[in-house]
Amino acid sequence: MADQIVELNAGTDNLVLVGIQRRGVQLAERIVRIIKAQEGVDISSGALDITLYRDDLQTVGPRPVVGTTQLPWTLDDQRVVIVDDVLYTGRTVRAALDELADFGRPARIALAVLIDRGGRELPIHADVIGRKVEVHPGQRVDVFIEELDGRDEVLIATRDDEG
Amino acid sequence: MPGPLGKDLLGLAPLSADQIRLVLDTAVPFREISERAIKKVPTLRGATIVNLFFEASTRTRISFEFAEKRLSADTVNVASAGSSVSKGETLVDTARNLEAMKIDMVVIRHGASGAAQFLAERIESNVINAGDGTNEHPTQGLLDLLTLRNHLGDLTGRRICIVGDVLHSRVARSNIWGLTKLGAEVAVCGPRSLLPNAIGEMGVTVFDRIEEAVEWADAFNVLRLQLERMQAGYIPSLREYNRVYGVTRARLEKAPRDILILHPGPMNRGVEIDSDVADGPHSVILDQVTNGVAVRMAVLYLLAGGKPELADVAKKGGA
Repeated sequence: MADQIVELNAGTDNLVLVGIQRRGVQLAERIVRIIKAQEGVDISSGALDITLYRDDLQTVGPRPVVGTTQLPWTLDDQRVVIVDDVLYTGRTVRAALDELADFGRPARIALAVLIDRGGRELPIHADVIGRKVEVHPGQRVDVFIEELDGRDEVLIATRDDEG
Repeated sequence: MPGPLGKDLLGLAPLSADQIRLVLDTAVPFREISERAIKKVPTLRGATIVNLFFEASTRTRISFEFAEKRLSADTVNVASAGSSVSKGETLVDTARNLEAMKIDMVVIRHGASGAAQFLAERIESNVINAGDGTNEHPTQGLLDLLTLRNHLGDLTGRRICIVGDVLHSRVARSNIWGLTKLGAEVAVCGPRSLLPNAIGEMGVTVFDRIEEAVEWADAFNVLRLQLERMQAGYIPSLREYNRVYGVTRARLEKAPRDILILHPGPMNRGVEIDSDVADGPHSVILDQVTNGVAVRMAVLYLLAGGKPELADVAKKGGA
């Protein structure tokens, strides 16, 4: 995925990775480390919490916990790559695009996801995909990563009651 | 289904320690929004909030208004002067008329203790108490807790002394409830004529001399001497009050540790607090104001009504 991101942006100039809370942040940091090892350049990575930009806040019951957004630099004229763990309906990405627009005007925004599970509800597609899987709406994709969960694993589970 | 705080925020007395911690934790990311170039998120887009202020207020009203606007809510300010309240309309009638115009939340400041609860029991909208008489001022209590926590860390076992006119202070009451729930030790210090008779029942230590409080405390929350409520002769004179209970640099220099200085404002410089303390290195008074906006955003966010019947539908499609 790191190779593809570099290739997609024709190098690492003005490249900025933005991970979506939560697991996208750690994935973005990993990609930064890999690019550093391969290309020898430091790329900035930030965190984006899209809770306050969700389109279903008026409908969800108990309020979701708000995480932190850390974008310490201007995004104007940067090549931004949004990093997330699972791409499903596309609504999270839509919220992320809205939020990024409040931080500046990037030269271009691309999307990199570890898992694309299909089932899009919006005209959104990923530019870099780790793995594409066909998953039924009744099933759930759980991504576990070392930094938060103690192990690297992707599980497809049958949805018990809610996602 | 009510949110994690229930329908209304009337005071800190009815909240659990976990609910208070939730508000404080939620306020942290909201503080960052006020530091962005575009200080606005679309969270409460379409929600209408009425700020109903029956008492004078600058800081609290503006702070609520900033919090509401930064969450993209639509706001209307109603002050008692210039509204039909001055024609004798009752509180409930005013609120019901507003509700008939389809509003979502009411922020109320009122001179009568219990006014917010009275209203909350009679209208469907969420009610936030922005100060009712001498009862509670929960968002001020929460912002004081957030400020203390930012500077002292975990408040368990930390010693906070509330100095001054506790008798007339809703801020003192909200502070005492909140601090004791989070495990802090709380004391009050002031002339006996300005302490409630039943203060011992709230589980706080009482210091008659400020020198004792200086010896004891990690932080002082210095209350305003409420001059407009002072006609009844609670103290001999302002100068005498400053001489005996004023928080001065000379007094604080005798403290065994640095004492953090909070004040809910507006300050009477030279009465309850001296300028060199208010503007001194351990003063976090302006930090309180910044935290006030974040705490109020957190409260608005946590109270904003979700419609659970729609949530089930949303979940089926949600990631």
